[in-house]
Amino acid sequence: MADVALQPDSVGAAQPVRKRSGLKKALKRKSTAAFLMTLPLIILIALLVLYPAFYSLHLATLNKSMQRFVGLGNFEFLFKRDTFWLVVKQSCIFAITAVLFKALIGFIVAHFVHNIPAKGQRKWRGMLLVPWVIPPAMSTLAWLWLFDPSYSAFNYTLSFFGIGPIPWTGDADWARFSVILVNVWYGAPFFMIMYLASLKSVPEQLYEAAAIDGANWWQRIWYVTLPMMRNIIAITTLFSLIVTFANFDIVRILTAGGPLDHTHIFATWAFRIGIEGSDIPLGASVSLFMVPILAVAAIFILRDVNKRGNES
Amino acid sequence: MSSVTIDKAAPTRTVKLGSMSRDRKWALRWSYFFLTLFAIFSLLPPIYMLITSLKSSAEISAATNPWWVFHPTLENYVGLLTSNQFLRFFLNSALVSIFVVTITMLISVPAAFALARMRFWGSATLATGVFLTYLIPDSLLFIPLFKVFAQFGDWTGIQLINRWYVLLFIYPTLTVPFCTWIMIGYFASIPKELDEAAIIDGASWFQTLTRIFIPVALPGLIAATIFAFTVSWAQFLYPLVFTTSTDQLVLPVGIITTLIKGDVFNWGQIMTGALLGAAPPLIIYAFLMDYYIAGLTAGATKG
Repeated sequence: MADVALQPDSVGAAQPVRKRSGLKKALKRKSTAAFLMTLPLIILIALLVLYPAFYSLHLATLNKSMQRFVGLGNFEFLFKRDTFWLVVKQSCIFAITAVLFKALIGFIVAHFVHNIPAKGQRKWRGMLLVPWVIPPAMSTLAWLWLFDPSYSAFNYTLSFFGIGPIPWTGDADWARFSVILVNVWYGAPFFMIMYLASLKSVPEQLYEAAAIDGANWWQRIWYVTLPMMRNIIAITTLFSLIVTFANFDIVRILTAGGPLDHTHIFATWAFRIGIEGSDIPLGASVSLFMVPILAVAAIFILRDVNKRGNES
Repeated sequence: MSSVTIDKAAPTRTVKLGSMSRDRKWALRWSYFFLTLFAIFSLLPPIYMLITSLKSSAEISAATNPWWVFHPTLENYVGLLTSNQFLRFFLNSALVSIFVVTITMLISVPAAFALARMRFWGSATLATGVFLTYLIPDSLLFIPLFKVFAQFGDWTGIQLINRWYVLLFIYPTLTVPFCTWIMIGYFASIPKELDEAAIIDGASWFQTLTRIFIPVALPGLIAATIFAFTVSWAQFLYPLVFTTSTDQLVLPVGIITTLIKGDVFNWGQIMTGALLGAAPPLIIYAFLMDYYIAGLTAGATKG
């Protein structure tokens, strides 16, 4: 079948095929049909993803009014600004810390869910995935209200223990903590679900063999669970690194970059400069700084995904 | 069965059977204890939304116990659901999501079918390209896209910016790559004999798709639909950039820009709006949890 299908001369023979003898004709026009079926996809990606992506490279070389070519002038300007380096630092702190805690919490919670009888797992899984289901813009509003400077429900509770009041979004360090906390709250369920799916695929015999060899629970995790889950941990972490690095909603709603630009990450700062400050070229240059990290993560993901494809 | 469960929980091989089951019991108790803690952490914001939404603004500003409703009232719900502005946001969100889901399915199902079954020149590269496109985040493209649409308006005179339907062009860039990718996975798992039999019986490629592939891969199709819907319902950055007039806003942006007036936060209404905005995805999730999870895990495990 595949040999016939590979014939390249596929144009023509357009009449509808009904009879058994028409099989060859049907296969002949296959590649034309296939191309037509993928055409909307190709047009969409070319016009609305690839073209804007390359266009932003061009935009980054223009001046604010977009009439003069300034080469790397925008980048030179950015490198001289302290705020830019603050944004670079904060983006890295934000993404790395958040992904680390998401991965850790997801791993721990997945183990607890895996531990309890199968009958009740569905219910717990259902509850624990709720943060991922609520649109982040909506749930961040709830967090903003929980962190409110004068009516904070957290500070109310903590006051009974003699702690606080904590300036959740008012102080630079606490604001950094808060945006990471909300991001971990939002993203940890994704890790939990992925790990849980992969935990279930680890063969029970491996644990039995390990138990016979006298392995304790830590050794079982280190020598059986982790190696078996290595691939899924890598893919999930890289995925999450991309999403977290490019995050916009949570930081924008919770702190809008404040206090004093200390919680700005690339996306929110690009929005502040490019859309609110209407300096589109400078905004485009800022968001281009996300590309190297995203590209590295994407290359590793692609390698892993292809490896999985070849194995199966 | 029981001996297997006991083995699994045993810390070492030397303990006696009785203490093994006791250890198992304690491990279970700890599991439930920590799961309860994590569940509280997960459900805290939505529950707090519900608590606040039932309070009057007088009760909120009186700063009584924030975790309890002393005088429950539905005035926030009545206020929002009778406000034309809020209903307009809801309608815009619903229209955008429904159209985007339709467009996404019309583009990605045929494309996935072609890429999974009808190998042609460059199909493998295209499949990889689709996956890479899925990894490009919205925060990288919003500035050039805004400029592209502004220029399109200048050249053709068709003004798309600040119209809700501009989102119908933009959201598919987020939904189509992922949906195509997971549909490729689902289609590829269908045995080849099935479509060969259909072809021999005289079915055209189109008939093979609609009569065989779509019914067999229906779970995948549902998962992809749910994904496309949740993404378009939750998207915040693109509508914030592309729409500004209050009658063109979708729900997330509408709540944030209209209910927050200067420094005055009407928290009762904001929380009610947020809860109503979170309701459609939550309801879908409550009824179709398994499809939702299938779509979530398919992205990285299929392919």
